[in-house]
Amino acid sequence: MSEITKRYPGTLALNKVDARLEEGEILSLLGENGAGKTTLMKILYGMEKPDAGEIFIHGEKVAFNNPNDAIARGICMVHQHFMLVPAFTVVENVIAGIEPRKGVFIDRRAAESKVAALVEKYRFNIDPHAKVESLSVGEQQRVEILKALYRDAKILILDEPSAVLTPYEVDELFITLRFLREQGTSIVIITHKLKETMNVADRVMVLRNGVLIHDDVKPADTNPQELSEMMVGRLIQLEARHPSPRIGGVKFSVKNLTVKDERGCEKVKDVSFDIREGEILGIAGIEGNGQCELIEALTGLTTPESGEVLLDGKPLCGTARDFIDRGVGHVPEDRTHMGLIAPMTIKCNMILGYQDCPDMSRHKLMRWKEIATYAETCREEFGVKTPTVEAPVSSLSGGNQQKVIIARVLSREHEALIVAHPTRGIDVGAQEYIHNELYKFRDKGKAMLLISADLDEVVKLSDRLLVIYEGRIVADCAPEEFSKVQLGLLMTGNSLESVKEVGA
Amino acid sequence: MNEHSRKRVSDGVMMFGRSALALLVALLIGGVVISLGGYSFVEVYTAIFKGSLGTSRGMLLSLATATPLMFTGLGFAIGIKVGIVNTGLEGQLYMGGLTAALVGIYVDFLPGPTHAAVTMLAGAIGGGAVGLLMGWFRTRFGAPEVITGIMLNSIITYFTGYLVNGPLKPAEAASPQTAPILKSAELSRLASKSQLTTALIVCVILCILIYLLQRRTIWGFKMTAVGMNPLAAKVAGINGSQMYLAALVLSGAMAGLGGAALVQGVFKRFVDIISNGYGFQGIPVSALAAHNPLGVIFAAILFGVLKAGATMVNQSTTIPFEFVDMVQALVVVFVAAPSIILSPIQKIRSFIKKKDSGPAAAGQGGAA
Ligand SMILES: Nc1ncnc2c1ncn2[C@@H]1O[C@H](COP(=O)(O)OP(=O)(O)OP(=O)(O)O)[C@@H](O)[C@H]1O
Ligand SMILES: [Mg+2]
Repeated sequence: MSEITKRYPGTLALNKVDARLEEGEILSLLGENGAGKTTLMKILYGMEKPDAGEIFIHGEKVAFNNPNDAIARGICMVHQHFMLVPAFTVVENVIAGIEPRKGVFIDRRAAESKVAALVEKYRFNIDPHAKVESLSVGEQQRVEILKALYRDAKILILDEPSAVLTPYEVDELFITLRFLREQGTSIVIITHKLKETMNVADRVMVLRNGVLIHDDVKPADTNPQELSEMMVGRLIQLEARHPSPRIGGVKFSVKNLTVKDERGCEKVKDVSFDIREGEILGIAGIEGNGQCELIEALTGLTTPESGEVLLDGKPLCGTARDFIDRGVGHVPEDRTHMGLIAPMTIKCNMILGYQDCPDMSRHKLMRWKEIATYAETCREEFGVKTPTVEAPVSSLSGGNQQKVIIARVLSREHEALIVAHPTRGIDVGAQEYIHNELYKFRDKGKAMLLISADLDEVVKLSDRLLVIYEGRIVADCAPEEFSKVQLGLLMTGNSLESVKEVGA
Repeated sequence: MNEHSRKRVSDGVMMFGRSALALLVALLIGGVVISLGGYSFVEVYTAIFKGSLGTSRGMLLSLATATPLMFTGLGFAIGIKVGIVNTGLEGQLYMGGLTAALVGIYVDFLPGPTHAAVTMLAGAIGGGAVGLLMGWFRTRFGAPEVITGIMLNSIITYFTGYLVNGPLKPAEAASPQTAPILKSAELSRLASKSQLTTALIVCVILCILIYLLQRRTIWGFKMTAVGMNPLAAKVAGINGSQMYLAALVLSGAMAGLGGAALVQGVFKRFVDIISNGYGFQGIPVSALAAHNPLGVIFAAILFGVLKAGATMVNQSTTIPFEFVDMVQALVVVFVAAPSIILSPIQKIRSFIKKKDSGPAAAGQGGAA
């Protein structure tokens, strides 16, 4: 790719970027939120058209009008938000669009055997006949990769693939990636987790503000500290823990909570815990073990089967409105579907849920001027990268969308926060800032429940840690009581005793 | 900021351009069909526009025809904002017409203007009640409003048909209709010998009010949120059911007012077939306006012009009136799926581009 330039209204997303990708290498693309990583890859994948610049494959100039052109040249992209049809089986999802045919009918037999062969070859360990909706996130991602392999991808682009995975799943993903590399596939991986870059990449490329500032860093010659400096231009201290200075009485408590999902399955089974003033309670667990349902019950989105939730000793119940009014803030796990209204402006999204507050509306009239000023302050404080808060929130980069949600919740007064994956997709610099804001909230003597797929993050932020497995709390410990390996074992259902033996 | 306001303007221009393009293509295809029918489409179109815009009688007829369309178009636009596709506008219009007629006939103690206003209000309540029923089905039982709307249309039109053929039909009347409403309930005309009444002014004011409601008030904010992402709205503590109910009641009330306007301004009574699909034509009106209440004013007038013109033509030549319905339907198709027109245009454009920049670009390796 040479001299790629892309301009959006008010933003120069890419400025004369020259990028190259060798055969059979894993390239890690780093950069701050809004640096232009996704845009660059979308251009390579034919989803966006560059304003200027050219793309060459093996020296031959190509121009893609749409992703189908790119796929025809062996370029496939796995998006951060998967694009699978939940009601279809794995096979159906994989072959959708390029079904093998027998006359006018789909040749199911051929499709199935080809997909099964791929599953075998890459040791994917998924059932080709399973419905996608029944798969875990990690498995769904494998289906996405399978789609790419089925289309004979020579170049595989992964946009923040590990953001939704547990450490174990990440390891599995990397095994696959290395295997693919040996087969001669070139891989571009966008990630904000520098450890992963160190672990898997052959070469690192760094974008800053749409400009390529490094394109040949070898992970062997550097360390995460240095990489983060390259990205944000200053030193980042990420590893240090800040235990709570002062933990008070019980603030938020959950008693014998049982929650069923829509289909009537019990997902949270008789769970009880307390969060005290000035405490961050972390919940570690593999996605799909009841975290979703627990959060929904603690934010008023579902009514629990039984049990109760107390805030300051008084029962909390009703709808999401009642929970918000009582001062329970919520950072939802799925920002695109639950957290943001994509076509609405950044300004509107900054106040979503708080529109009834007197500083946002008076006599049922929206105070647009005040809201604009407020949103502008939030934007500056949280460093949301955008030319204006009047732009639709969908025009923001993934990380900046997440910052809008964080800004919305942390800029208002709350008694308790229910936070899921607060820094998903956020760069190291902003991560540091958000962590500090979360500490500030806690240090005001408030309670916080933290759920994150990122084990490092839960361990770092929490003052106390619960492990959830199949809807039950299986361990209640200090964050550093167990090693990550032990936590991993607990999360996969090993008993506390057996895990303690491993440590001993 | 500056850049942004420029962008907002350009968005508006694009929206307008898209609607205009859709209309143009629809008229063009309409022209082709006319030609296929053995008529000269130039002649027909001139006749239409001469008929509707050439004379003051035509202009008045255009605005009069636009009035019920504007009510139902506004009704549809209100629903769409919350993600509700109100297909029950026709039934709501009938119900509104019926309740208005009843109040216009039997409430006999009110003085002139008050009686007319109360009668209109009765129409709004009648239509709104049907909307409420649909909203209740939707929020209580999860029945999609698209289906219940269509079902209620049939039920209500048959029900009113029964009433005007039996219980409400005066002995002396020859055709199925109710007794005339009292003079005090009639809407005043804006010009003599025309069916154009103050209802049009009421409707324009309502369009403006609804626009302000959507843009300025907290309800508008919540409705937009629910319409664009119901799940995120729920997470934000916004009661989606409430918004659906409110939108359907308001939407139904607009259609009901349309029915009242027909009763109080045109027929002076409730007649069997009071609307020839005004309820359904609200959809193309709203679509052409990009579902913007202010745009509805203009879109309704535009369709009014076409319809009135076609009526005029119909009096002199034999062009079937249905031709206007076809143009309306085409507008919906092209506004709803602009890519039908846009993608061929883009293909042609990129083809031309390739042709003249292709060899040069490859030679110099210049930017595309
Ligand atoms: N559709 C769009 N309209 C306007 N601006 C856009 C659009 N898409 C992206 N941008 C802008 O382009 C810039 C680069 O965005 P991009 O999504 O490539 O960032 P990124 O490096 O992937 O960031 P992140 O790590 O947060 O995902 C951002 O400033 C963003 O606001
Ligand atoms: Mg991105």
